[in-house]
Amino acid sequence: MPILVIAEHDNSEIKPATLPTITAARTLDRDVHVLVAGENTQQAASAAAAIHGVTKILHCDNAAYANGLAENLAKLIVTLAPSYSHILAPASFFGKNVMPYAAALLDVQQISDVTAIENEDTFTRPVYAGNAFETLQISGTPKILTIRPTAFDAVRAEGGAASIETVQSAGETGLSHFVNQELTKSMRPELTAADIIISGGRALGSSENFTALIEPIADKLNAAIGASRAAVDAGYVPNDYQVGQTGKIVAPNLYIAVGISGAIQHLAGMKDSKVIVAINKDSEAPIFQIADYGLVGDLFQILPELDKALG
Amino acid sequence: MKILVPVKRVIDAYVAIRVKADQSGVETANVKMSMNPFCEIAVEEAVRLKEAGTVTEIIAVTAGTAQCQETLRTAMAMGADRGILIQTDEILQPLAIAKLLKAVADKESPQAILMGKQAIDGDHNQTGQMLAALLGWGQATFASKIEFGDGVVTVTREIDGGLETLKLDLPAVITADLRLNEPRYASLPNIMKAKKKPLDTLTPADLGVDITPRYKTLKVTEPAARKAGIMVESVTELVEKLRNEAKVI
Repeated sequence: MPILVIAEHDNSEIKPATLPTITAARTLDRDVHVLVAGENTQQAASAAAAIHGVTKILHCDNAAYANGLAENLAKLIVTLAPSYSHILAPASFFGKNVMPYAAALLDVQQISDVTAIENEDTFTRPVYAGNAFETLQISGTPKILTIRPTAFDAVRAEGGAASIETVQSAGETGLSHFVNQELTKSMRPELTAADIIISGGRALGSSENFTALIEPIADKLNAAIGASRAAVDAGYVPNDYQVGQTGKIVAPNLYIAVGISGAIQHLAGMKDSKVIVAINKDSEAPIFQIADYGLVGDLFQILPELDKALG
Repeated sequence: MKILVPVKRVIDAYVAIRVKADQSGVETANVKMSMNPFCEIAVEEAVRLKEAGTVTEIIAVTAGTAQCQETLRTAMAMGADRGILIQTDEILQPLAIAKLLKAVADKESPQAILMGKQAIDGDHNQTGQMLAALLGWGQATFASKIEFGDGVVTVTREIDGGLETLKLDLPAVITADLRLNEPRYASLPNIMKAKKKPLDTLTPADLGVDITPRYKTLKVTEPAARKAGIMVESVTELVEKLRNEAKVI
């Protein structure tokens, strides 16, 4: 039996979190199919078909899937499930929302946030904010997994030539209705896909300081901007900037933490970054324990200097 | 309107987690336990809705060992009217918990179920969604704002790129995210009063639910340690290291 990956997309583009999910699926040496369900998704379906290593796209274009409502999409996944050994989605807000609903309808215990696939039925996942890892074994079919995107490399988005098969809509449940979306507009790289991230904490003191001190450096490094929970709660930046156990999980090549003390919940979201820089005025801050390079000092002096040094 | 609030007893958020030497799990003996922070937010929201006159009765429910009564008392000290403990010493996985909660919902017929989006022990982030599916209800996960109307609820949710608003017919399941509210501390008089509030105890068998675990934990291990870093003295040194040693800029 093949494996089904549920694509996260915005109707025109496949979201980056889908690509490591496909890599995870490919470790199991089975055919990989990708479901693209949405409305006016011709472009997303073509993009999915070009992904390396995918053999078939299941394309379901219907108004019921226009806004990714969990109830409708889960119902569609349930109708497709009998043909698949494993069903995977990224452990993004999208996958976390939809997959357990589908799993319960199938009477399957989902395995969340998988970071390693040992074999067909044995998986590893973080628990307790990544302070421990659980390796578990599950029987039965299908297996439903969400995949932590930072734990697997992204598969190449081109070079593939999958066939595209149209699948029937499973219908509208009418249980929830989309009202609107307010998306944060940004020209910067997406947080979960960025090579470099600079994150600020409460020590920035205000939204204005965040903009004045963090943004110029982010511009020079072509970095995404993140934040600690404290900075988001204080209203310095929007909620989707939050890095941590229950926010975004990131693992860039370079993570610069500015004025972030390093609560367990924040570390859980970024400690797999390749290189970590911590800038904090408190030399005892826990963030220094996981930093590759630590710099103790006043961020209001250091950040302008850093901006200058980066030319 | 009657509202059901499932809560969970977990290792306190500020306790350092220690993995057992035999890799069978994490150390829970003599460790401070608390209500899961997201459950506290759900209880707080229910209490505010009751204070606003939208909700008439709040039922806190939990599943687990006899000690989980403490968590129900905490919920009642915050303002829940009564508690239900589904008592068992067995390991409970999210699907089993969702089935137990469904059975309670079938008995109690609440108009809404408000619960935390995830527990900070297993970090599954599944139970609310599974419960909605089993009940055949709509769901709004990761809520940062909830407004009840006539037979409907409008929920603003935290999503990857920002915020999304959904409208659901009641009954519905709503899971709370961090920014929904800031939970109150229970006052001493309310803690005393909570001791007298009704607390029913049931078993999974009473509810006719099979809670057999679906997966087997093979081992629990510590995360790989990061190699020790260095302190730099200046911005110049930092930039030099990032350029020439780490080669990341």
